[in-house]
Amino acid sequence: MKDNTNSLGSDIDLHESSNMNFWKKGLKDGIPIGLGYIAVSFTFGIMAKNAGLTALQATVMSFTNLTSAGQFASLGLIKASAGLLEMAVTQLIINLRYCLMSCSLSQKINKNTAFVHRLIVAAGITDEIFGVSVCSKGKLNPFYTYGLMSVAVPGWAFGTFLGVVSGNILPTRLLSALSIALYSMFIAVIIPPARGNKIIAGIIIISMLLSLLFTILPLFNHISSGFRIIILTILIAGIAAILFPIKEDSNEL
Amino acid sequence: MNYNVYLYIIVMAAVTYAIRVIPIALIQKDIKNTTIRSFLYYVPYVTLAVMTFPAILTATSSTWSALCGLIAAIVLAYYRFSLFKISLSACFVVFLIELFIY
Repeated sequence: MKDNTNSLGSDIDLHESSNMNFWKKGLKDGIPIGLGYIAVSFTFGIMAKNAGLTALQATVMSFTNLTSAGQFASLGLIKASAGLLEMAVTQLIINLRYCLMSCSLSQKINKNTAFVHRLIVAAGITDEIFGVSVCSKGKLNPFYTYGLMSVAVPGWAFGTFLGVVSGNILPTRLLSALSIALYSMFIAVIIPPARGNKIIAGIIIISMLLSLLFTILPLFNHISSGFRIIILTILIAGIAAILFPIKEDSNEL
Repeated sequence: MNYNVYLYIIVMAAVTYAIRVIPIALIQKDIKNTTIRSFLYYVPYVTLAVMTFPAILTATSSTWSALCGLIAAIVLAYYRFSLFKISLSACFVVFLIELFIY
């Protein structure tokens, strides 16, 4: 991001053929997301079945929600016949980090992009689709995100369906290997900009160390992963913004 | 109370979409404030780093396979391989290591 000084900036051309190319690029980059999603949603499908959901219910939930932690948490609530308000609040708390991601993406999309694109891109804000979209070069062409979604969403829904109808169709070995797909993708997204940029490299190292501390220290390890992400993001990105403000002329976010 | 499962699903989907859409729909202009701009610039790096580590170490069947996958990903990412290659290579490394371990 930072290295790319002559970025597309604000004059990105939303031309049809270039949109098509962005979509195709998104499809390709979406394959690891799709594979990782199959592994995770497969497990979700198995648990959904145990919680008493039918294959259709679980698949519809995955297709319309597209969250992992939120969906896993919902199973316990559905099983316990919880109230709708309780369900709404739980989802709000668990998925609140998407709000931060949405703020970040709001600046990544060109301000002249048609409003409807913002509404569609929003539906695809997951940890993974956000991560890959926001780290793409220059301003975000929504069609790139649509490409990612075109692979990721079916992967998430299909994996869920498979998990419900047949809990043992995927061998453990394969599931284990695919489980690292999403994390290695995050590495693929954050390491290249850190190369040659000491601030970003430092931020990544500090973030990982604090995240580790939050996981192992008593007291802190009671904080859920969703809140750990929010707290550390506001803290670290906030301090970094004050200490190392980005120059005005930088066209990118 | 026994609600229909689809009612739960609708509530979940509505809340989650609202969280996702409100900021991106409301903040359409480029933010001029340097501190906020800088904050939003740094957000993805912190968020993704926090989500990756240490969670990656417990993602697979063994910490060792995960650690090897992580190292493979870091090395390949440093040399700017494509997202696709990095991700699948990490999966492959995990698969190989676990073949040896078990």
